[in-house]
Amino acid sequence: MISFSLNGKTVQLSATPDTPLLWALRDDLGYTGTKFGCGIATCGACTVHVDGKPVRACVTTIESVAGKQVTTIEAMDSDRIGQALQAAWIRNDVPQCGYCQSGQIMSAAALLARNPKPSDTDIDAAMRRNLCRCGTYNRIRAAIKDAAATLGA
Amino acid sequence: MSSNMSTTRRDFLKGSAAGALVIGFTLPLSSRFAQAAAAASGAAAGFAPNAFLRIAPDGQVTVICGLSEMGQGVHMGIASLVAEELDADWKSVEVEQAPADKAYNNPLFGMQATGGSTAIRGHYEPMRKAGAAAREMLVAAAAAQWGVDAASCRTQDGRVTGPDGKSAGYGELVAAAAKLPVPQNPTLKDAKDFRILGKGLHTRIDTPAKVNGSAGFGIDVKLPGLLTAVMVHAPVPGAKIVSVDDAAAKAIPGVKQVVQIPQGVAVLADTYWTALKGRDALVVKWDEGALGSLSSAGISKLLTEATNKPGAVARNEGDANVAVAKTIEAVYEAPYLAHACMEPMNCTVWVRAGEAEVWAPTQSPGPNQGMVAQLTGLPPEKVQVHTTYLGGGFGRRFAPDFVIAATLISKAAGAPVKLVYTREDDMRAWFYRPASVTRFTAGLDAAGNPVSLTARVASPALSVAAGFTKELPKGIDEFAIEGISDMLYAFPNLRVEYARAEPGIPFWFWRSVGHSQNVYFIEAFIDEVAAAAGKDPVAFRRSLLAKQPRMRGVLDLAAEKAGWGTPLPQGMHRGVALTNCFGSFVGQVAEVSMDAGGKPRVHRIVAAVDCGRIVNPDIIHRQIEGAVVYGLSAALHEKITFKDGRVEQSNFDDYPMLRMDEMPRVEVHIVSSTEAPGGIGEPGLPPATPAVINAIFAATGKRIRTLPIQ
Repeated sequence: MISFSLNGKTVQLSATPDTPLLWALRDDLGYTGTKFGCGIATCGACTVHVDGKPVRACVTTIESVAGKQVTTIEAMDSDRIGQALQAAWIRNDVPQCGYCQSGQIMSAAALLARNPKPSDTDIDAAMRRNLCRCGTYNRIRAAIKDAAATLGA
Repeated sequence: MSSNMSTTRRDFLKGSAAGALVIGFTLPLSSRFAQAAAAASGAAAGFAPNAFLRIAPDGQVTVICGLSEMGQGVHMGIASLVAEELDADWKSVEVEQAPADKAYNNPLFGMQATGGSTAIRGHYEPMRKAGAAAREMLVAAAAAQWGVDAASCRTQDGRVTGPDGKSAGYGELVAAAAKLPVPQNPTLKDAKDFRILGKGLHTRIDTPAKVNGSAGFGIDVKLPGLLTAVMVHAPVPGAKIVSVDDAAAKAIPGVKQVVQIPQGVAVLADTYWTALKGRDALVVKWDEGALGSLSSAGISKLLTEATNKPGAVARNEGDANVAVAKTIEAVYEAPYLAHACMEPMNCTVWVRAGEAEVWAPTQSPGPNQGMVAQLTGLPPEKVQVHTTYLGGGFGRRFAPDFVIAATLISKAAGAPVKLVYTREDDMRAWFYRPASVTRFTAGLDAAGNPVSLTARVASPALSVAAGFTKELPKGIDEFAIEGISDMLYAFPNLRVEYARAEPGIPFWFWRSVGHSQNVYFIEAFIDEVAAAAGKDPVAFRRSLLAKQPRMRGVLDLAAEKAGWGTPLPQGMHRGVALTNCFGSFVGQVAEVSMDAGGKPRVHRIVAAVDCGRIVNPDIIHRQIEGAVVYGLSAALHEKITFKDGRVEQSNFDDYPMLRMDEMPRVEVHIVSSTEAPGGIGEPGLPPATPAVINAIFAATGKRIRTLPIQ
């Protein structure tokens, strides 16, 4: 049994220790907001937080998160930064297909947690690991700045 | 394109059930699933189904959308067409995805499918009529109750108001309205009275679910007893299985079944991870067949050599061989490309006794229904297709491969099965934008005026590959030459030929189809001709578009907004390109600089768009921005190549795509127009590549005639 905290609640898993956190979340725990894009940490669709840091759940084993705090998109509704980002995402009407947006918001949340007023360069550095095939990058940038402004207000 | 919606069938027909307001264009009585689906959600409230909209006693308006939402905003677009004419309170409007059913056939396709930038073009009038008919019935119901003339009543925000100030919400009127005849030819609003269309006042209807992880994509489908399947796919198209050793796969705890189908071998398990481990433990031997020696170099040679011989004549005006003072020649080539939708291909199918159910992120639920019926031997009406949100489409999800494979696996396994492609499976599934080579010759007179242009396009025939035709009419594949054969530039002598060349591998529709490469070819070559004539690229294009006001309009607007002809910061250069496709016109100006290593950096794209009557300006902006990114990504990075019959790329590490740090500013300017609405999902893509290529020429004097640039 591997145990960790998922969005503030303790969960226990009997899956094999090498199971990626992504598939444990999606298939074993039913948290499908975290998406599968590439399986090799190149697209960021599966971004979650482990102890507050953004990680790619597709290459993070459940064994490696034992005893840690895992946070997913499903917890952003009740997170101060998450709420600000979701509101900014809606104001800026960011998503198109929407598939990558969970990962985008999780990366953005981690960015704002450590850098409340990111520059364009900071945003590039933090977000370049998240692919968006619909091309919403400029809207994402605008929404991050918008959220930063509301959090700073 | 042909329409299956003749004027007689466009008549409104009324279905009826107790207390129901039912509006449809095609008789929904045969539409079992439309009725069942609507009844399921409407019955509790005492209201019955209809094809396109439903109004509940509490005033809730549900628009039922038969088109697939793949990010293009079609749920918003369709709902706003209905809501406008209904005079609905936008806050009370929701969208429900329609099941596969003939009632929802796309009028421009004659089947239920989404693509070709047809959603607004095909539904602008029918969906408005659906809303207008409902509005007239609600008004008539109110007028009868109040004993007043219907013409004296007004509607706004989901309420009817009478001449004496009496007022009723739509919800209060539906029971009475449902008993009235459906107007055959409801009056549509004058565009000046629109409150929703053209305004862009509202957040997209699907946005909230897409920021909290709750939006349901195909890959998120959950069912009791659902097994996940991961497959070994054929390594080479047409390869046949010789032997399968599944002992190691079956020994993995959690592996439930191994199923062989003609397309490959699937391992089924409770979870993706277990199924993947099982898949990786399979040993499958293949007879690779004829394509085992395929290589990109061979394909390039085949296509280039095809342009050396005359092809089928698609367009011939004047005499393209007329004597000229100066000749310009060039050969352009575009590579195979993957769609690389962020959501890998997947499909869930449950084949049961006497019926089947499909949950698919698909652009073609109608054809899918027929396909599953064929594969299972069931009548189509016993096959339910639920279209989920699509994590990107771009044409890829028009293809049926993932639906076919999932159906065969579920049938063999006797269980509900979700087939999921790994990213590598998805990248190597052989549904690519085809490679293409075009040879151009242009002639100028002694004064530098354009006299002649010949284009010979060599490419495989998509209309044959997609099964639209077996024989090419007059030897012409329209998809291969679109964007060149229909060019608007007035060369007095013009000849366009199509030289069919078939490398023998599968290929498919890719966002903007033939325009994706042909507009790059022609717009880059026109720039070459302008340079040879010693003319400014904008002025040269303008002189060839004297009789094309809409094309010239977007050229002028893009040039003006980009400050064409005004000084730029040192090192910055401009390029321009145009397209007319899918009923719309787009001009783009790119601003590009070159870094020390000779790599281009795109700083800004200014786009001017004439897509006719504007339905939603926000969505137009987003679709142009997105199409620019899709085009730039391909121009800068993307290429699928083959070696020994294998696809060389596998994932995003070796198929790089444009990322945040390369993103230019994109400005979109929309032409105000009263023309019929044009498509918007694709027209923003084709000019992005040539605008950048032409800016690179301005910067370096070098012509880039093959892609990708880097």
